Amino acid sequence: MKRFVYVNDDDLSHELYCDNRVSNRKYTLLNFIPKNLWEQFSRFMNQYFLLIACLQLWPLITPVNPASTWGPLIFIFAVSATKEGWDDYCRYVSDKKANEKEVWVVREGSKKLIQAQDIHVGNLVWLRENDEVPCDLVLLGTSESQGVCYVETSALDGETDLKTRSIPPACMGIDSDLLHKIKGVIECPKPDKDIRRFDANLRLFPPFIDNDVCPLTIKNTILQSCYLRNTDWACGVAVYTGNETKLGMSRGVAEPKLTAMDAMIDKLTGAIFIFQIVVVIVLGIAGNVWKDTEARKHWYLLYPDEGPWYELLIIPLRFELLCSIMIPISIKVSLDLVKSLYAKFIDWDKQMVDLDTGTPANATNTAISEDLGQVEYILTDKTGTLTENKMIFKRCCIAGTYFGNENGDAVKDVELLNAINTGSPDAVKFLTVMAICNTVIPIKSPSGIVSYKAQSQDEEALVRAAASMHMDFVSKNSNILDINFNGSLIQYEVLDYLEFTSDRKRMSVVVRDCSSSKIILLSKGADEAILPCAYAGFQTKTFYEAVDQYAQMGLRTFCLAWRELNEDEYQEWSLMFKEANSTLVDREWRVAEVCQRLERDLEILGVAAIEDRLQDGVPEAIETLRKAGINFWMLTGDKQNTAIQIALSCNFVSPEPKGQLLLINGKTEDEVCRNLERVLLTMRITKAEPKDVAFVIDGWALEIALKNYRKAFTELAILSRTAICCRVTPSQKAQLVELLKYCDYRTLAIGDGGNDVRMIQQADIGVGISGREGLQAARAADYSIGKFRFLTRLILVHGRYSYNRTAFLSQYSFYKSLLICFIQIFFSFVSGVSGTSLFNSVSLMAYNVFYTSVPVLVSVLDKDLSEKTVMQHPQILFYCQAGRLLNPTTFAGWFGRALFHAIVVFAITIHSYAFEKSEMEEVSMVALSGCVWLQAFVVTLETNSFTILQHVAIWGNLVVFYIINWIVSALPRSGMYTIMYRLCRQPTYWNTMFLIVAAGMGPVLALKYFRYTYRSSKINILQQAERLGGPIMSLGSIEPQPRTLDTDSLTPLSISQPKSGRNSVFEPLLSDSPNAMRRSFGPGATFDFFQSQSKSSYYPRDKDN
Amino acid sequence: MEKKNKNSKKPTYSKFSQQELPAWKPILSPGWVIATFLTIGAVFIPIGLLALAASDSVVEIIDRYDDGCVPDDFSKNAQSFIQNPNTKKTCIRTLKVPKKMVAPIFVYYELENFYQNHRRYVKSRSDKQLRDPDDEDETKSCYPEANTADDKPIVPCGLIAWSLFNDTYKLSTKNKAITIDKKGIAWKSDIKAKFGSDVYPKNFQKGKLIGGAKLDEKKPLSEQEDLIVWMRTAALPRFRKLYGKINTDIEAHETIKVEVENNYNTYKFSGRKKLVLSTTTWIGGKNDFVGVVYVSLGAICIFMAVNFILLYVFRPRRLGDPSYLSWNRNPIG
Repeated sequence: MKRFVYVNDDDLSHELYCDNRVSNRKYTLLNFIPKNLWEQFSRFMNQYFLLIACLQLWPLITPVNPASTWGPLIFIFAVSATKEGWDDYCRYVSDKKANEKEVWVVREGSKKLIQAQDIHVGNLVWLRENDEVPCDLVLLGTSESQGVCYVETSALDGETDLKTRSIPPACMGIDSDLLHKIKGVIECPKPDKDIRRFDANLRLFPPFIDNDVCPLTIKNTILQSCYLRNTDWACGVAVYTGNETKLGMSRGVAEPKLTAMDAMIDKLTGAIFIFQIVVVIVLGIAGNVWKDTEARKHWYLLYPDEGPWYELLIIPLRFELLCSIMIPISIKVSLDLVKSLYAKFIDWDKQMVDLDTGTPANATNTAISEDLGQVEYILTDKTGTLTENKMIFKRCCIAGTYFGNENGDAVKDVELLNAINTGSPDAVKFLTVMAICNTVIPIKSPSGIVSYKAQSQDEEALVRAAASMHMDFVSKNSNILDINFNGSLIQYEVLDYLEFTSDRKRMSVVVRDCSSSKIILLSKGADEAILPCAYAGFQTKTFYEAVDQYAQMGLRTFCLAWRELNEDEYQEWSLMFKEANSTLVDREWRVAEVCQRLERDLEILGVAAIEDRLQDGVPEAIETLRKAGINFWMLTGDKQNTAIQIALSCNFVSPEPKGQLLLINGKTEDEVCRNLERVLLTMRITKAEPKDVAFVIDGWALEIALKNYRKAFTELAILSRTAICCRVTPSQKAQLVELLKYCDYRTLAIGDGGNDVRMIQQADIGVGISGREGLQAARAADYSIGKFRFLTRLILVHGRYSYNRTAFLSQYSFYKSLLICFIQIFFSFVSGVSGTSLFNSVSLMAYNVFYTSVPVLVSVLDKDLSEKTVMQHPQILFYCQAGRLLNPTTFAGWFGRALFHAIVVFAITIHSYAFEKSEMEEVSMVALSGCVWLQAFVVTLETNSFTILQHVAIWGNLVVFYIINWIVSALPRSGMYTIMYRLCRQPTYWNTMFLIVAAGMGPVLALKYFRYTYRSSKINILQQAERLGGPIMSLGSIEPQPRTLDTDSLTPLSISQPKSGRNSVFEPLLSDSPNAMRRSFGPGATFDFFQSQSKSSYYPRDKDN
Repeated sequence: MEKKNKNSKKPTYSKFSQQELPAWKPILSPGWVIATFLTIGAVFIPIGLLALAASDSVVEIIDRYDDGCVPDDFSKNAQSFIQNPNTKKTCIRTLKVPKKMVAPIFVYYELENFYQNHRRYVKSRSDKQLRDPDDEDETKSCYPEANTADDKPIVPCGLIAWSLFNDTYKLSTKNKAITIDKKGIAWKSDIKAKFGSDVYPKNFQKGKLIGGAKLDEKKPLSEQEDLIVWMRTAALPRFRKLYGKINTDIEAHETIKVEVENNYNTYKFSGRKKLVLSTTTWIGGKNDFVGVVYVSLGAICIFMAVNFILLYVFRPRRLGDPSYLSWNRNPIG
């Protein structure tokens, strides 16, 4: 199916395609209540509570007042619905803002300012510099004479350098005034999410041009949410609008996230539910049997001989209601409450405030803090996430002399400044290349300050550095460049630009020195693209060493070169160049070939090293988190070697002997498959070795691997702790997240740009960095932080505490409900299995609402270990990752404790309150007090740190218990009238309480003490060490435990390991070049950049420190 | 750090928001735990002994009479005896007094296998009706003893009142009658607040089936103390209810003659009836359970403490020993 867009045709387009209204809303006003209720009732727990509440309306079977269930239920639903509604309203407001932004659109032949939402397919949209593109446009005209414009696509793919977009050849040379009236038709595919592809064609109607079909590519489009830069205006026709744009299509629907813990709690709830059903069935049968055999003999019960048809159901249903408290309705409320408090703690944390911008951390999703503590994989973006996205020139090596090595900043290196001041020719040439071998445009502001506009941040950094070293690029007037060097003006005339492409990996400028009229070729580019072009006999060794050295430091390197041309040579070449530039077929390759003819016999001037500064603390953060057993994957749209360099510099992969990089490249299925298998084999072999093995894959190979070799790639993903994926698209990032999630790993995705949004939404936890690329990622994310290093704190402190606290809170909630429920069950055995409730409605409700929920709520302040200890021993996170604190085993412990405590309370109560004391209300209150006393001590025993609030909540709660009951006992109308006063005066009552506490807590304390001292967990040991003082050294780091996914049997195979040249980590990306492209269809020898270390680099891990 | 930007929403700082409240972080050190167990032991054993002594000082006479009070010719068919209005229900029991009983002596009747806590039973009452004469129609909850056949409300309605216990006892020593004081056996709060002084029994025990005792229609409910005691339902199927108090001492080795009016039918469900005379102390009636559990718990605590001390001495383990800190994914256990 195709879509036909009629350019500038007001009538035809309106009904066919949607308008440009962007909508991220989930509800409308009308469907909010039904849809929201439906969503809430799709949760099993809610259905259960509704059923119970409905059953309670039947007075024959209800043990308690139905209001005690309906009240909380309605409250819970109202709270959730309000929250959802508010979130949706916020989305609506932000959509509205985007929709009502005003743009210039041609309507009825003239430009009008209309709201963005009223743009229709086929409309002509005019943009000015720095405007955000409102929808996907096909470019028709720009202010630049060459028909190009610059766009920043960072919101789309995260790449911050400016991209050139050009108008289709058919529109070349149309006067800007005529653009209003342009008519034509664009045939384009249906909306899709591929931002790299747009296969369409354009046919302009007369009078503009003949009816020729002109092909369109992605180069001719500007997509929604990009920004127009360095171009006065651009004009395009809308082809995709609203939610049908490339960005809109790739914006996945954010599904509500469920934490691993919630899933576990749900599972346990299910188990309890089954247990409850069993209890109900057993007791129901027992009750009916007792009724038929015994109860009829008890004449005082006056059982009728014939009951209604549902008679058999009555007793089981009574027990169902009696046991319904087994699943605590309060758990959802308490969890929601503490979860929002966890989120608040994140918001409030002053240690996570980005001091540069003053932005605090923010938890948008308040429901998933526990998952932070269970993260196993972190998938991170590179630019702007790990790095600051600020390029700065740091070091250089000029003619074999290193500058900037001592102080780390070449610009301030006295020797270099001296060399420049004394006019050392090498230094001057080097600076000249830095200053003018680029496409930078200097712009002089009215106040005289020069600012630079550059396609790439690297070029800007070089020009700036040159300027600060007195080689000031002042202005550019058409082809004349003004350079201010040490106060004297030097002028150059630009003759040709030999453009940068990712294949050539270098760019050159041919200039004429206006004073000497010498023609000079200035080149700069990657080392592998420049150094081989040196003139014969030139010693490039020092430069290779310099590049190596800088690469080790994680700097981006550029080699600068220079050659003087003689007039004839240039003229001859210039003709060829012009011809190549006008070829229609294979133009890029032809141009590259011609350029290569000029870029030879170069005099290498030196190496410039630029730092995309890592954010503060990134290497440390990564190291800490890796120690905590978290695996890192780096997913970046950037080039492979940059990615590897950054990976090296931030501890992502270890350098030479310890680490090993395995490359997976390839353009064809065969190659990818071969590479994949080799990498997999090495992985399996080195699994036992304590080596940091990482694989590097590029987007193209990834595409093939995911499509055809999914199983192998999955296995690779499981085996590998580290991976670097370069040149990946947003949807590939999301696919990788999905892959890891499919392997049942908890994933965290962190990024800063719009290109990370899908991955952030896909991952279990999405973290956005509110950085220079705007807030798009931060808005879509569950958490937003100012700097990458805060991730450590987010995970180790907030995530871990949240996990621990929720683990306790949820299990405790079940414990206390089970406790009271077991007592009810025991009581039914002495009350003729008739389903009498021992406790009255008020007590049951207050037990859940006050007595047992307040003390446990303050466990949100509990800290088992201090933050410092956790940071020093990040390995302790393992307990959370592995779910050691909440799983069926621990839950069984709590279940057993509830059973034991119920036996204690019940047995002691009925024996000490026997015979003349066995009055119903009194026994009931004694049992209830026993439970409340016990739970106070249980909370005390399970609390690790007591702040004043804990003391108040735990002991204050006991006081409140008595106060409430005294008040209720003072009401003559209540069933409990005077009961509590009577009890408190009886010595037996207090004796019973002490007995219950001692008998209930004694064994628990003894067991806990024994395990704490003689079977201590790591947490216990750290606690002991921390409280007793003294530093503790921790040993080694956590060994990953890969999950087995039917791995094939390990076949030993000797692989020939080509010892690669200089640096096994840094591998040229030859596969990108046009030559390689051609060769790749032949035998794929050149692509086997499969690297591995010789076995000698095996180092046994030190076991002792 | 201090930016002039006023819009930046800086979090508010407090010790609470930073989770930095000063905290007491106790650990389960051997000293603490052992001391705790020793203390519990040291406190519990004396308390237990005191409780046992108190329980021991209580003089209690229990006499089961339900089987003994059925004439021999009815022994196979006790029900027909009890349900026959013409049989002679009076029966004489003799009790030996083992020790001197000091007034006040409490007279209880004890029922066994009687489910006052059955759901059908406990719910079958109307507190409103008992309190207020205007609410005499509030009998909905009293099913199946709510209204008479001609639909008049029964006061007091419900199964509990209907099944009121109706055995009576007359005590005497050496032909001298012992007066049983039936006043003040019910809770004062019940008399005052739960049973109206202007509510009189109506239509009570007028139906086909007679449950238990009848009530004097001249006396308001607040004065029917037997009913009030009975309406305080027991939580267990074996319970005692106060019948009356004896305000005179009874010397040791005296013989008490009891004239039992055996009216109440427990034969149908093989329940037992007992007459109990008991004195009282600070822990109430005779109950060894509390004392025994206290003493044994105390003993167990001391035993645990000793064990922990031995463990501590012979298998010492340094707390927080870093040599146990090796990070391995598969720790033992």
